[in-house]
Amino acid sequence: MTAPLLSLSGVTAFYGAIQALKGVDLDVREGEIVTLIGANGAGKSTLMMTICGNPRARNGCIQYDGAEITGLPTHDIMRMRIAQSPEGRRVFPRMSVYENLQMGAQVTGGRDFAELLAQVYALFPRLQERAGQRGGTLSGGEQQMLAIGRALMSRPRLLLLDEPSLGLAPLVVRHIFGAIRALNRETGLTVLLVEQNAFQALRLAHRGYVLVNGAITMAGSGAELLGRPEIRAAYLEGSH
Amino acid sequence: MPVLTRLLGLLLVLVVLGWLVFVFVTGTPYALQQLVNGVTLGMIYGLIAVGYTMVYGIIGMINFAHGDIFMVGAFLSLIALIALSSLGVTSVPLALALTLLFAAAIAALYGWTVERVAYRPLRGSFRLAPLISAIGMSITLQNFVQVSQGARVKPMEPLLPGGISLLNDPDFAVQLSWMQIAIVVTTLAVLGVFTWIVTRTPLGRSMRACEQDLKMAGLLGIDTDRTISLTFVLGALLAAVAGLMILLYYGVIDFYIGFVAGVKAFTAAVLGGIGSLPGAVLGGLLIGLIETFWSAYFSVQYKDVAAFSILVIALIFLPTGILGRADVEKV
Ligand SMILES: Nc1ncnc2c1ncn2[C@@H]1O[C@H](COP(=O)(O)OP(=O)(O)OP(=O)(O)O)[C@@H](O)[C@H]1O
Ligand SMILES: [Mg+2]
Repeated sequence: MTAPLLSLSGVTAFYGAIQALKGVDLDVREGEIVTLIGANGAGKSTLMMTICGNPRARNGCIQYDGAEITGLPTHDIMRMRIAQSPEGRRVFPRMSVYENLQMGAQVTGGRDFAELLAQVYALFPRLQERAGQRGGTLSGGEQQMLAIGRALMSRPRLLLLDEPSLGLAPLVVRHIFGAIRALNRETGLTVLLVEQNAFQALRLAHRGYVLVNGAITMAGSGAELLGRPEIRAAYLEGSH
Repeated sequence: MPVLTRLLGLLLVLVVLGWLVFVFVTGTPYALQQLVNGVTLGMIYGLIAVGYTMVYGIIGMINFAHGDIFMVGAFLSLIALIALSSLGVTSVPLALALTLLFAAAIAALYGWTVERVAYRPLRGSFRLAPLISAIGMSITLQNFVQVSQGARVKPMEPLLPGGISLLNDPDFAVQLSWMQIAIVVTTLAVLGVFTWIVTRTPLGRSMRACEQDLKMAGLLGIDTDRTISLTFVLGALLAAVAGLMILLYYGVIDFYIGFVAGVKAFTAAVLGGIGSLPGAVLGGLLIGLIETFWSAYFSVQYKDVAAFSILVIALIFLPTGILGRADVEKV
């Protein structure tokens, strides 16, 4: 078996004195969709951000594409074709939709900009209609589409998605999940997905991890985790 | 409350505009002359104000040393002009262009160094730390220039004497000096280039991204420290241009001009809405006009008091400024 594209071992992270990650081991292989589920405050977003070096991991090792990236500055990590659509969307409020998408492409110097833009617009036609509108005045769902579109503008190899379904209508969620699957199948895009909607996420993902209080407590294939009674009890009640 | 402040801001702009219309309608040459002078001075304040507002926008601090960078720019300009004339450069446009490049380049280096030495190490510490450090940098720069250049006022021969007479009244001729034309034209050109950089180039986009969400800018591969450095560099460039302009305009400078002009430009930035680039230029024009009219009609001695009073009034009644944002954003 080849080495994973992304591999965390024993990673810890702190906010001041608060320890948010308590030694996380996690692998994502090239071409996989891996989902991370867990309760509020478990440390999912922290894990996504720690991969990007903000906050930096205090202990442990993060490897990406065969090289260690622990301790690198965020902008250097993001130049290795890792992109994140972060929690809270973080669309630039006083930039147009188009400029937000340009910001996504800035890291690659705008390589294949027209092609990627067409791809993102095809995925989210709403963004094309709103190209001139300021990010801050978009609806919540439109901002989510923009955050994902912006992350795709750098043609990432590894895409980190933190709760992409938050605040979206079920139809749009299905659309986005369908798009993730299609990108994964057609372009081999590797995805690490954090989701509240554990049922849909585990059905979409090849594998999943469960994070509890900053540590991984369970791992397995999507189908396997879906079948576990403790998962059903903790994360799936009433969610489908 | 935001509506009220917006109204107050509009009222202030209207009062100044009304004044101007009155001047034109009554057509007293003296008033027209004050208008010409006020606009010239206002452009210079606007150039400095842009630096305050940019730095505030991106890292949320008032760079108190910015006025002193402007002062350093004025001294660098004087040194360059003297050096060029002793080297035998007689063409005035050439001398001005070379001086502009020299002063801007060195002042940019100063701006970069100040950020690197005094602010960056304090990023992430308590809010007052960089402010205190900024005041320290301001004093350091003033003392440095005082010691190295002397405390006395430095005069300069007028470079471009003469001008054109706009209105030839028997009693009072309205003069538009070549110098004023040069100042206004240069300032407009510099502001034009600057606007283009901010709105149209990847660097400007990065700067705006950092201003709106520093963390997200980092996640998009932007080197945020470098972008902040470049913001200081750009601000210092503009301040150096303003330094050359003030030298040309008044013909005298000393190590203290950075403080007074700094407070006025800061007032301009607050009045226009701190964080807003067009606001800084508008605020600069308003302060320049108000100061000039005040000195012309009330009291020259108290002209600085006028500017300081406006600062206080603006801080109390117009904290978001005329073009400042009170807008609500979805998060
Ligand atoms: N900037 C911060 N400063 C201090 N503590 C923080 C900060 N960000 C997160 N935390 C704490 O770290 C822990 C993990 O937070 P994190 O945001 O990673 O959780 P999460 O699993 O993403 O939760 P959610 O499902 O609600 O998004 C929480 O206890 C949170 O309070
Ligand atoms: Mg989260």
